[in-house]
Amino acid sequence: MQLYLPVAEVSINIFLLLGIGGLVGILSGMFGVGGGFLITPLLFFVGIPPAVAVATSANQIVASSFSALLAHLRRKTVDIPMGVVLLIGGLLGAGVGVFIFNWLKELGQVDLLVRLCYVVFLGLIGGLMFVESIRALRRVQQGNTGPTRKRYRDWVHTMPFKMRFRTSGLYISVIPPLLVGLLVGLLAAVMGVGGGFIMVPAMIYILHMPTKVVIGTSLFQIIFVTAFTTILHAVTNYTVDIALALLLLIGGVIGAQFGTQIGAKLKAEQLRVLLALLVLLVCAKLALELVLEPSEIYALSVHRGI
Amino acid sequence: MRVLLALLLMLPIGLRAEEVVLGLSEDSINITTDFHGSSILIFGAIEREAPKPQDPMQVIITVAGPNQPVTVRRKARQFGIWMNTDYVDVDAAPSFYAIATTAPWDQVITDTEDVRNKISIPRAIRSVGAPMTVQDSQSFSEALIRVRGANGLYSLNEGAVEFTRQTLFRTTVSLPADLTEGDYMVRIFLTRGGQVVADYERQIDVRKVGLERWVFNLSRQQPLIYALLSLALAVLAGWGASEAFRRLRG
Repeated sequence: MQLYLPVAEVSINIFLLLGIGGLVGILSGMFGVGGGFLITPLLFFVGIPPAVAVATSANQIVASSFSALLAHLRRKTVDIPMGVVLLIGGLLGAGVGVFIFNWLKELGQVDLLVRLCYVVFLGLIGGLMFVESIRALRRVQQGNTGPTRKRYRDWVHTMPFKMRFRTSGLYISVIPPLLVGLLVGLLAAVMGVGGGFIMVPAMIYILHMPTKVVIGTSLFQIIFVTAFTTILHAVTNYTVDIALALLLLIGGVIGAQFGTQIGAKLKAEQLRVLLALLVLLVCAKLALELVLEPSEIYALSVHRGI
Repeated sequence: MRVLLALLLMLPIGLRAEEVVLGLSEDSINITTDFHGSSILIFGAIEREAPKPQDPMQVIITVAGPNQPVTVRRKARQFGIWMNTDYVDVDAAPSFYAIATTAPWDQVITDTEDVRNKISIPRAIRSVGAPMTVQDSQSFSEALIRVRGANGLYSLNEGAVEFTRQTLFRTTVSLPADLTEGDYMVRIFLTRGGQVVADYERQIDVRKVGLERWVFNLSRQQPLIYALLSLALAVLAGWGASEAFRRLRG
């Protein structure tokens, strides 16, 4: 069954879009990532114009993240004060990120830099998470649980403006979470994603937040940052397709509910190995595309009038 | 001087002993939510005041979508990765262009007549010039035609026009699902010995209608309201799904 999308101006099979939404929704619920790093390339692949794909997936991330966040709120696995601090940084970062994005667009190199960003960040984070979580799995298998909680005394604890985050059980300065939020907002705007795949590891490895709280809290921040991005895209580029978003989010919200269930059943270490493998897979595919000779070395970009 | 001008103006009219009577299966195409491409039947007859000349007549039919500026970028390997290096701005290229003829291209029209009437695909694309850094601007236009040809947007169908007894002609042009909105021009050229003896134009409106129209207009005219509507829809869907699942379980 084909559907003509009013803003994208293409006709696409409904079930294909529902399926993409569902797949990304499951991942979103399982790992607490918005799934933008997956949905945007998938939309390119089915023939949606890139600008529309980036803008509309931001809107879709709001829906699937909101559905997953409600599930986390009921389980009380959201650290709201921490989320607000991350969000303040995130909005600042997104503003700067959009500025950088437009500047790169003028240079005609935005595609390349977005791809390079993907490869570098996905590779770094995927690799780091994979190594760490394999080590954690080994410890669990050897039955040598050891001290579950080390007393971290690094730079995170030496800064001023300390604040107590009860849900996370942390008493740290607000500067590190603000910086993490800023970096994520910046990358989110430049790369057209929610940024969960960067924020989740940052919360675990830099802020030392408990894994169970990390996912709900990152969803909280992602919703507001992607909503902000959606508005910016709709107002400046007219590239949000509401019909496309609706189909993706119908699949997405249903998938997110299943994902949250699966996530609750798996152990934190297993969850991290799976997410690391997924991130590395996407990274490898994008890296190959940069290195291998493309079948068509020419590309067209149409300047649509208003 | 004035007499000469008048004579010159009269000249083509005097030559037009053969006129086109045209029919189209559709005058307008509506893009609705279930739009998945369309085809138009173009048919007609040739009206003659004088007896049919000996030399056989040929028919060329073109359907052109609205012109758009297009940037063609070329990738090259630098530092081991493929990146965009050169680009050429094409001032106007039709979003869709289909040509149907009665015979192979070199038999229906001469190059001079093609240049004058801008009929063939390369001639229908208007490109003012490439930047100084690009030596082979020709290959960029060729790439534009190749990429759009592969997507079914540009086509040349030689022999696709049926021409009965040098009088009745008909052809079908299929339009793809990813059609750009706008005024589509149908042009018909009658040629004899490679020279255009008559031509005729008709316009087809391709328009979004109903819900498609409303959504598109809202996104362009009230982008902020449109964005907030999209977000409201997203939040509502997220909340709805969450509630539905809770009810199912509880």
